[in-house]
Amino acid sequence: MSEPGHGTESGAEPPGNPDRLYILTGGETRTEAKTHLDLVTLVVSRAEPDPGLQPEHAAVVRMCDFPLSVAEISAYLELPVSTLTPLLTELLSRGKVEARPPVPAAALPDVQLLEAVMHGLQKL
Amino acid sequence: MDYKSSDGYAGPRSEDILPASATAAVKVVIVGGFGVGKTTLVGSVSEIRPLTTEETMTQAGVGVDDLAGIEHKTETTVAMDFGRISINEQLVLYLFGTPGQERFWFLWNGLFEGALGAVVLLDTRRMEVSYDVIGRLEERGVPFVVAVNAFPGAPKYPMAELRTAMDLDDTVPMIDCDARDRSSCRDTLMALMRYLYSLTTVSTEPQ
Repeated sequence: MSEPGHGTESGAEPPGNPDRLYILTGGETRTEAKTHLDLVTLVVSRAEPDPGLQPEHAAVVRMCDFPLSVAEISAYLELPVSTLTPLLTELLSRGKVEARPPVPAAALPDVQLLEAVMHGLQKL
Repeated sequence: MDYKSSDGYAGPRSEDILPASATAAVKVVIVGGFGVGKTTLVGSVSEIRPLTTEETMTQAGVGVDDLAGIEHKTETTVAMDFGRISINEQLVLYLFGTPGQERFWFLWNGLFEGALGAVVLLDTRRMEVSYDVIGRLEERGVPFVVAVNAFPGAPKYPMAELRTAMDLDDTVPMIDCDARDRSSCRDTLMALMRYLYSLTTVSTEPQ
């Protein structure tokens, strides 16, 4: 059996193709039990990129080998946060990544937290 | 050039990777008008080259008339530059620069939720933006300090005069800041942390 020639049809679509954005968010926004994702929620992969994943999903899983904030993922994927959020929610619900929420917001921050930040800034 | 993986997307450069031990992040917001030096400030203290994230404006076409060329769009994308400082092995501080003009306040909901506080970068050449920003932050109960970016050729005013012009409470710290200078920006962030610290310790005292 001879393989059909792939030629120009073979490659993945170029990233950022506007058609993809609809697919990324389509249908995923309503039913998910939402984990609240902040701009600074840290995302970490829990699995190797799966060949069956869409390129954007696979890219998130690959990038988040080490912790990365939602804002950073948005920057590297060049996707608005509102487009990225449902994608991440889907990966979370499928157990591909985990989310480490930000330090919880109180009316005023914790003294120990502030001391840690000041200590860190002093090293700059 | 960013490193591109086989999936076609750039990821963090190896030197920009956080340790696996990073468990939580906090954020501080830098607010000011266009060209006031937000991105410069972020870049001065950030351990990564400032990155850009985008958010989409959901309400259509309100108050965007003066942005040339987008009058007919129902969605507007606004970019925010941000940077990062690793505080320790577990804790990461993110700094977000956001425009102060009222038409961008839709960004503030997600941004200020959980934020430690804000730095208002004051441009003495265009005080009215900062005036509105300060009012809005007070309304939302966001603690902030005011940093006066020293622009070459900008009019110099005594701090007391600026405080009066901004109608600023005596307790809110005001500092001079050179957004290009790392230690000056660090001192500005330290001033915010000390202020937050003072608020925290005061509020835990018996009334």
